[in-house]
Amino acid sequence: MANSTTEKTKAAEPVSMMSVVAPAVGWLIPGAGHMIQKRWIRGGLLFVSIATLFVLGLLMQGRIYKANGGDILDILGFIGDVGAGGLYIVTLAADWGQGAIAFATADYGTKFMIVAGLLNFIAVADAYHIAIGKKQ
Amino acid sequence: MTITLNHFSAAAVFALFASIVFGITHRETTREMVKYGLYCFAMFLGGVLVAGWAMWVLRK
Repeated sequence: MANSTTEKTKAAEPVSMMSVVAPAVGWLIPGAGHMIQKRWIRGGLLFVSIATLFVLGLLMQGRIYKANGGDILDILGFIGDVGAGGLYIVTLAADWGQGAIAFATADYGTKFMIVAGLLNFIAVADAYHIAIGKKQ
Repeated sequence: MTITLNHFSAAAVFALFASIVFGITHRETTREMVKYGLYCFAMFLGGVLVAGWAMWVLRK
């Protein structure tokens, strides 16, 4: 009786420590969710790809979105940006990405940062799948 | 410091990094990851070229 109760509890509790930590760390530092699971090359490539895209966006004078709750497109931009985790936090703290968009490629920069955040969401989901054993 | 990329180089940079992430996250084995990453990169750049030529034809 006690054994079957314990087994049911285990079956209903697929959450392991790694399945919580890996996505959280992966969101904060792109690729780190893979690195703490010893997927060093994958984690490194994800970090380089996402961080480079985000930094290039900043250098192209792209604009960063804030959680102001105004226009729906601003909210969607914010959701994309916030996916970059630590990169987004540092950018906000340093007050970067605030310039007015003065030329076409600056708008590309804005999109680069949003896409970097969205790609990091995908990387976070992948780190979670590795943590729960769904992927190697 | 400011970087100004032209339209094609911006698209190429975007295609490169997005393809790397897609390859790693959407496939299981290393070989499949490389193949899928290359496929995505080709599709991104191919799409850019096709769209560019289509706009050139429409404008004529």
